[in-house]
Amino acid sequence: MKLSQLKIGAIGIIKEFTDLEMSVKLMEMGCLPGETIKVERIAPFGDPIAISVSGYQLSLRKREASTIELI
Amino acid sequence: MKDRLRIALVGNPNTGKSTIFNALTGLNQKVGNFPGVTVDKKIGFSKLADSTNLEIVDLPGTYSLYPKSADETIVFEVLSDKNNPSYPDLVLIVADATNLKRNLLLYTQIADLGLPIIIALNMMDLALKSNMNIDVDGLAERLNVPVVPIAARKTQGIEELKKAIQYRSSQPFQTSTIDVELIAPDLIKSISTELNLDNPYVALQIAHQYQNISYLTKTQISQIEAFEKQYDFHSQKSQAAETIARYNFINDVLLDTVKYNSVALEENISNKIDHYLTHKIWGFVIFIAILFAIFQSIFAWSEYPMYLIETVFVWLAQIGHQYLPEGALTNLLIDGVLAGLSGVMVFIPQIALLFAFISVLEDTGYMSRVTFMMDRLMRKVGLNGKSVVPMIGGLACAVPSIMSTRTIENWKERIITIMVTPLVSCSARLPIYTLLISLVVPKRYVLGIINLQGLALMSLYVMSIVAAILVAWVMKGIIKSKAKGYFIMELPVYRMPRWNNVGITMFESVKTFVTQAGKVIIAVSIVLWVLASYGPSNRFEKIDAKYNSQSLQQRYSSTEINRLKASEKLESSYAGVLGKSIEPGIKPLGFDWKIGIALITSFAAREVFVGTMATLYSVDGDATKMESVREKMAGAKNTETGLPVFTVASAFSLMMFYAFAMQCMSTMAVVYRETKNIKWPLIQFTYMLVLAYVASFVVYQLLK
Repeated sequence: MKLSQLKIGAIGIIKEFTDLEMSVKLMEMGCLPGETIKVERIAPFGDPIAISVSGYQLSLRKREASTIELI
Repeated sequence: MKDRLRIALVGNPNTGKSTIFNALTGLNQKVGNFPGVTVDKKIGFSKLADSTNLEIVDLPGTYSLYPKSADETIVFEVLSDKNNPSYPDLVLIVADATNLKRNLLLYTQIADLGLPIIIALNMMDLALKSNMNIDVDGLAERLNVPVVPIAARKTQGIEELKKAIQYRSSQPFQTSTIDVELIAPDLIKSISTELNLDNPYVALQIAHQYQNISYLTKTQISQIEAFEKQYDFHSQKSQAAETIARYNFINDVLLDTVKYNSVALEENISNKIDHYLTHKIWGFVIFIAILFAIFQSIFAWSEYPMYLIETVFVWLAQIGHQYLPEGALTNLLIDGVLAGLSGVMVFIPQIALLFAFISVLEDTGYMSRVTFMMDRLMRKVGLNGKSVVPMIGGLACAVPSIMSTRTIENWKERIITIMVTPLVSCSARLPIYTLLISLVVPKRYVLGIINLQGLALMSLYVMSIVAAILVAWVMKGIIKSKAKGYFIMELPVYRMPRWNNVGITMFESVKTFVTQAGKVIIAVSIVLWVLASYGPSNRFEKIDAKYNSQSLQQRYSSTEINRLKASEKLESSYAGVLGKSIEPGIKPLGFDWKIGIALITSFAAREVFVGTMATLYSVDGDATKMESVREKMAGAKNTETGLPVFTVASAFSLMMFYAFAMQCMSTMAVVYRETKNIKWPLIQFTYMLVLAYVASFVVYQLLK
């Protein structure tokens, strides 16, 4: 299951990344393997999405979210 | 002995770094430049109880020492290079207590650079409110670094922070965080020997960033390149391993020192607000309503202070003409400099208000919601959600806005944003719009509440944004690029704006406007006055002789003669000749030669237009009658046809010209600096001029 497939309010745990370049940027922002992610909101035009991770809110595009593989 | 203690202020964005900077330094600030790069360097000064002088350098907010944008590169440069003039004696790290985990990543990186550190743990009040239990002493002990809990918004803990700085250690005592040398042992050793470094983490950072570090020589760069090939170094893999190791260390520290009791309260409130502010329909309705309210209030609230400033200048000119001896110098001073200055000073209230509103939008966290909502739309036209910030900032001034495009990581999205930002109506256009609108749009209310003039102004702003989006869409098809853009952005919790910060922003922006624009305007006013008061060969004597002749003296009264003489003199002056020479080109747009002069003088900076009008109409006419520029322009008649110069058609045509033409040297300079290629400012200048001419032509021909 990818993060981009999660519905609003759903929770997942990060397993791994499918893109190395993106993983470096996401990890710096607190998206680490083992962290719990909750999808908070989806922007009015369906993209980007807002997630809760590491105690704060982060927004990212669906394309970036699709590189995050959940357990 | 050094006379001052230099402190570098670092931290993640949205941690209240600038609030702490303002709390420590007050208005004791100045903006300079870091050598070699175009990042603004904010320095502030302060004094400790033991009378140590502090020099505080505010570094750009960043999540990590690995830069994601051009601005962030400076953080590592300053903290790693002992020869850098800003190299600090002490690093003050601002960390958000409610979001400690991510904030500590930057701490662990800086700790490993081996500089003395103090942590300012900000937003402690919010952390307590949300039932987070932080063992501050335990954290300080664990990291072996002074940790000062503060609540900068409530100015709690600032005195304790100053004390901690006073009793600082001059040596770095922090416990090491991760085993840096394990990541790339051979490479770190080789780089350390080559560059004569004593810190392994500096060497590792250089291994990642060497292509963008300004203090490395070409030979050093190629040497590092060779090392990396030799040891098969993979930058991204190494960075990933380092980040994971750092978070392991952080989790370990936080496990012993922080207890979370429930979900953060602030975040719950934020979520509820976001439910409406980023709603499919309400989100946009509210966004438009906010913009609408801003422009209505800019017009309404600035009316009275503007009237006061205008009155003061008219009064000054009267006093001047009464008490100063008559002559060329007095005329230069009053009709040239004073008239030019008054035309610009009058807009200070509007500029201050606009900057204040924008800073409130940024400060509350609303701007990042707008970014979030608009990203999809912006992407469609080749921009990025983050382009919204420079474009809204462009409402104030394109120069800082173009610099703020550095947060856009993708080159193509960034170039397009730079190319279209000057189309957004900036505050320098505001004086021109307000002046022309007040001339031709009646001051009336429609439906009871909507000010017609305000509506006209808002339409101009909406048009400018629509134009920017359309041009972006065209450029998306023209500019080629392979790299894909991405969008990863923090959504900070909503907070009340810090009025102190808003006040400082207002003060600083007005100061910059007055000093920067003021200088240009005084210079242009003087040149213009000379051009308008003197003419080629002996034309002026001929005019004098003509009006001294008996036949004319009998036909007209003396005031009429003075007026006719003055306007004929202006027409045959150097300025008149210049304006006349471009008149054929601008006649289809509804402009006469006087507007032509204004177009030429405001070529370098739009705001000169109003000053020019003031100077031209002071020279042309009865000098003893002191009217405001607006009144003079309203009465202006075409010398050939006798019809008013400023009609609905010509005024709107003129506004179109100023809306689209790139009349700003500063913007062109900053575009060149940011793109490092003369091609971009030239393309920008040309396309905007063509757009301006066509738009003016169409509007004039349709309305006349």
